[in-house]
Amino acid sequence: MTTPLLQINALSKAFFGISAVKSVTLAVHPGEILGLIGQNGAGKSTLMNLIGGVVPADSGEMLLKGKPYTPRTPADANKNGIAFIHQELNLFTNLSIAENIFIDAFPRTRWGMIDRVTIKNKTRDLLQAVGLEIAPETQIERISPGERQLVEIARALYQDAELIIFDEPTTSLTARETERLFAIMRQLKEQGKAIIYISHILNDILKLSDSLAVMRDGQLMAHEPTAAFDVNRMIALMVGRSIEQLYPPRSTPPSTELVLDIHGVSAAGIVENIHLQLHKGEVLGLFGLMGSGRTELARMIFGLDPFEVGDIRVEGVALNNLSPQSSIRNRIAFVTENRREEGLLMNIDIANNIGLVALPEFARTPLLVIDRRELLDNAQHMANTLQLKSGNIALQNAKALSGGNQQKVVIAKWLLSRPAIFIMDEPTRGIDVGAKYEIYAIINQLAAEGSGVLIISSELDELIGICDRILVMSRGEIYGQFGRNEFNEERILRAAFRETAAIPTGEKLPTLDEMAEGSAS
Amino acid sequence: MAIVQDKLSPDSAFALTNKAKRSDRFSGGIGMLRRLLVSDYFVLYLTLLFFLVASIFYPTLSNPASITNQIQNFWPLLAVAIGQTFVLIIGGIDLSVIAVMGITSVAGALVMAENLDPAFFDKSPVWGSLMTEAGGVLAGNPLAVPAAVLTMLLIGTFIGWLNGVAITRFNLAPFMVTLVTSTFFAALALWLTQSRNISGIPEAYVTLGKGDIVSIYLGAKLTPDIARRDILPFITYPFMIAAGLAVVAQFLLSRTVFGRRMFSIGTNRKAAEVSGVPTQSVIIRVYMFCGFCAAMASVLYSGRLEIGQPSFPNNLLLDIIGAAVIGGTSLFGGKGSIRGTFFGVAFFVLLLNILNAMRLSPFIIDAVKGAFILVAALLDIIRTRVANQEQRV
Repeated sequence: MTTPLLQINALSKAFFGISAVKSVTLAVHPGEILGLIGQNGAGKSTLMNLIGGVVPADSGEMLLKGKPYTPRTPADANKNGIAFIHQELNLFTNLSIAENIFIDAFPRTRWGMIDRVTIKNKTRDLLQAVGLEIAPETQIERISPGERQLVEIARALYQDAELIIFDEPTTSLTARETERLFAIMRQLKEQGKAIIYISHILNDILKLSDSLAVMRDGQLMAHEPTAAFDVNRMIALMVGRSIEQLYPPRSTPPSTELVLDIHGVSAAGIVENIHLQLHKGEVLGLFGLMGSGRTELARMIFGLDPFEVGDIRVEGVALNNLSPQSSIRNRIAFVTENRREEGLLMNIDIANNIGLVALPEFARTPLLVIDRRELLDNAQHMANTLQLKSGNIALQNAKALSGGNQQKVVIAKWLLSRPAIFIMDEPTRGIDVGAKYEIYAIINQLAAEGSGVLIISSELDELIGICDRILVMSRGEIYGQFGRNEFNEERILRAAFRETAAIPTGEKLPTLDEMAEGSAS
Repeated sequence: MAIVQDKLSPDSAFALTNKAKRSDRFSGGIGMLRRLLVSDYFVLYLTLLFFLVASIFYPTLSNPASITNQIQNFWPLLAVAIGQTFVLIIGGIDLSVIAVMGITSVAGALVMAENLDPAFFDKSPVWGSLMTEAGGVLAGNPLAVPAAVLTMLLIGTFIGWLNGVAITRFNLAPFMVTLVTSTFFAALALWLTQSRNISGIPEAYVTLGKGDIVSIYLGAKLTPDIARRDILPFITYPFMIAAGLAVVAQFLLSRTVFGRRMFSIGTNRKAAEVSGVPTQSVIIRVYMFCGFCAAMASVLYSGRLEIGQPSFPNNLLLDIIGAAVIGGTSLFGGKGSIRGTFFGVAFFVLLLNILNAMRLSPFIIDAVKGAFILVAALLDIIRTRVANQEQRV
């Protein structure tokens, strides 16, 4: 076997006495893709931060091509040929692609001016290498998240990176962009680069990686060739117990009583003539590709966006003048797809986050003084019910929680207002397997208690696992309905893709297999 | 190679344990420093320390007269800074407070002034209507002073409402909106008075600005004309008014639905909206409150100076925002407290007095003020970081 590019020996790191990485020994070779999985908080990020020079190790050593490697800053890591492609991209959106790639050191002309010609030509070569056919002077804000990812890779190539670390790179990518990213990664591997790939999407890892490392509670649970794993084993190692099923069984049948009745809702260019009926105790899935209008529809129902015609009835009563406030009065809850921007007050404590929606209920007239005791008790009760893993909820900020626990806080704040209708947009995006299962169980429980739940997801497996019925949206219209006994992945996907014209001409149509894989991401 | 490693490893192990020991030894002192940094009273401790040190070099600072002066400067600044703190907490900014103070000061004088000199004011557009030689509209009326104060508060609140409506309904930037209202009302105040201060303010009004309720007499009390410097006014009207405002503001902020909603808007307006917070009405009411506070400060300032004053020094705005920032209010919104602003104003007033005692030029004074605000902002970043680290444990 060749010398590993990076060899980690018994590396440990603790924060304030709590160990985040415990004596991890791991190696990655040139031309190898190493998949790294683990639940949130398992120590993946800390391990990567140790490699990237963001934090120093407490003990243990790292060898880069056999030589001791002790990065003190991220710039050190860069200089040593280690590049990071983050989940949240680190590009300057107001600058051009070329400027972003050369931001660290602009080449100069002999007059000391920035050498624009060299920059442009080099950038063009680099973009070609990652398969991106866009002009180098295009501004970042004008390209898609997937293309931005490729720009980051181009920058890594420019820096001559030999080890490229991808941290959840596909979260914001479309299926086709994901495929393209994977193709580039395989190509990088052919060129002898080493890659560490971190993801929650187990199927992607199985498909892509050569070897696989599983972390739990800061420790390395397994590191073996990928062939030795299947999804069940991966989950068992990550969670520490075996999950019999990915989805809790739906046990309570939906009632026939309508709770939400949407009749002919249209908004030009966004959704068209939507008819949708949600029953008490029903879990209804809404499947569609990005841009199919599913999120927009949810926002209209909740009163965040306007629509032109049609009416919405809750328990038989027609709603007018929709706004979030009136929706809350009508006992509609909306769990947004964007936790960070619309779901949580990151810098405010958990208790106040949970109390936000139902705040007036804790107020005593005439001055609307908050009964702080009652607010805290109720928030704590919710936290206990949902098994929130946190510190003191009155002191800890929402920001300090893991993704899954943040999502529980968002759900908790709606639960306090006792909604009859729950609209959840991508409720499990970016959270780990164990937390997903818990969220599904909560959804089940909501339905069992008589709420109607509308779930939007781009993960078809998930909808098939938890829903009573699935509606398919395509180009702003409802284009198919499937009862639980007629769930069929292929048929649902066909319905979602019925409009082949929606795919820009000149691009290859994805095959059904690719679609299926893409939709899982 | 193996030999080298054998040699190295005990060494490096030793280095590590050594380092660990050293950090243990320091953790006591560092821990205390950290706790002090995170403390809500950090600025107060800093102010007291500052005062003690400065008093050694400038003993005049601790004279009764000097303390009186400092306290007199304190209350009006506190009143207007409270309103600004509210606006900063929701992530806005109100540049119009100085203009609000000017226009309300003029409006109050137009209601209650007891005589007006035609030589000064006959060019004013309201000469003969609102202004006559006999004074303002209600000159001599026993209700003139309460009516004047009410008018001032209403106008301040109204300008705040204008700001709030423009910001929420038309989605304009607070900076721009309040800059426009500031320019407009500052000009209006100057036009109405032709840039002159209005004197002839009734005695009852002056009392609001500087009247004592309880004083400590350091000299012989019986002397009919005891020197001002021998009196240490203890409880004054401005104290009652500004402290009352502070108590109400603190209560609103920390105990009511309104206060929680303000913080939610300042932290993340979109998330607040999705969670059913009526963001527009909260924002409008916050700007109204800020206008109200500025008008209240105007009552205190113009009462103390015994004039209706159309224009206030522009760098007062720096003092107001600076005091809030020193008190830990974030310009990015979502963070701030009345207690912090209280300490921030105290710090700022003390700083100004020390700089004056040092007989520095006004230019240097402004430069130093700017530097202190910068230091405060940087310190706040460090404090937030330390607080966040504590969170992670």
